[in-house]
Amino acid sequence: MKYFVLLFFSGCLAFAQPQVPELNQWATDQTATLSPDQINSLNFRLKTYEDSTSNQLVVLMIVTLEGYPIEYYSYDVAKKNKIGTEKRDNGVLFLIAKKDRKMRIEVGYGLEGVLTDAHSSSIIRNVVAPHFRKEEYFAGITAGINAIIAAIGGEYKIVKEDKKGNAGSTIFTILFILVMIFLFFFRGKGGGRRGGPIIFTPGGFGGFSGKSGGFGGFGGFGGGGGSFGGGGASGGW
Amino acid sequence: MKNKGMIFGCSILAVILLGVAMLVIWGIGAYNNLVTLNESVNQSWSQVENQYQRRADLIPNLVNTVKGYADFEKGVLTAVTEARSKVSQMTVTPEILNDPAAFQKFQSLQGELSSALSRLLVTVENYPNLKANENFLQLQAQLEGTENRISVERKNFNETVQTYNTAIKRFPTSMLAGIFGFGEKQYFKSAPGSETAPKVQF
Repeated sequence: MKYFVLLFFSGCLAFAQPQVPELNQWATDQTATLSPDQINSLNFRLKTYEDSTSNQLVVLMIVTLEGYPIEYYSYDVAKKNKIGTEKRDNGVLFLIAKKDRKMRIEVGYGLEGVLTDAHSSSIIRNVVAPHFRKEEYFAGITAGINAIIAAIGGEYKIVKEDKKGNAGSTIFTILFILVMIFLFFFRGKGGGRRGGPIIFTPGGFGGFSGKSGGFGGFGGFGGGGGSFGGGGASGGW
Repeated sequence: MKNKGMIFGCSILAVILLGVAMLVIWGIGAYNNLVTLNESVNQSWSQVENQYQRRADLIPNLVNTVKGYADFEKGVLTAVTEARSKVSQMTVTPEILNDPAAFQKFQSLQGELSSALSRLLVTVENYPNLKANENFLQLQAQLEGTENRISVERKNFNETVQTYNTAIKRFPTSMLAGIFGFGEKQYFKSAPGSETAPKVQF
């Protein structure tokens, strides 16, 4: 019985997939290939892109798939992190397994029409792979991102209405201002302590910054609930 | 005395009526739940079917592109074309999910097409010109994408069917399922080698 249990567990380990990370930035590099500056510039680019189009484009570079099929792994990552908005399913994951020399562009349901499998495969083969062969990872990723953005083109331009986070913080702001005004008048009427300083500890501002922190002032990445159906293409270099 | 008997009778009747009403309310809920589950199975089945259809639609283009290479092995192409025509001859309705034999047939026909296609893609390795043809590469990418979608949709379908099958087998819903004819649905059993997504060779 003991042996059986052992066997069972070792079986599990043998087929265990590499850990699926929870992403909190647009660009994640687990291989320490890119410099912090390069990651910051990717993050900035991808965040601006999301802000202006609502399309979520995410880059993940991992060390190895440990023999697990890249199609399954990238689907799991995309699904777990819910890349893309729930309404439009407009997420794209650009996954690179450095040691395996494999990559995949996983395309959400909503973008399959513009970023077709043929497009994705062509981007991998003709745009990214030549750079990766020369070990120019940052250049390859940047070129790939640009090509993906160009392929998606005008689809889903400027949508602001489904930004839940923004709506929440707007309400917070209004409430906060109301409270301040209220406090101000209340104190004014109280008379006795006129002129006394109104002190707000920094803690009072906590409500605003729900999304910030984690990554140099931009606010981290958060998936919007997009779903995937296995669209996209894989390739190597 | 008579009065007392009537009160007694009435209260028994009331209790019975109450019981029946509760049963009916439960029945309606459970029935609606089964209907919803049944629909979601049909819906995910149509996703699977769409992807299979998409694959079948890609094949004529692929065959034509490959045909252009004069010396390309004819046998491999014929196998693909034949497997495709067999697949498209079979009419598929959601009823197939209740019929183990038909479902089995569907699965084996699609399986034959898959293996004919993978043989084609392996053979292509011997034709460097073809492998460098951008048109072919794009078709190949579409085909691989479709295969991958098929495997994703099949997995989702199996999960939906599992929920449905569990629901109709659990007591007491199982009685209701029996009365209204909610039968067990078939799901995909993975054929050897089909668990892994198609490999991409460059």
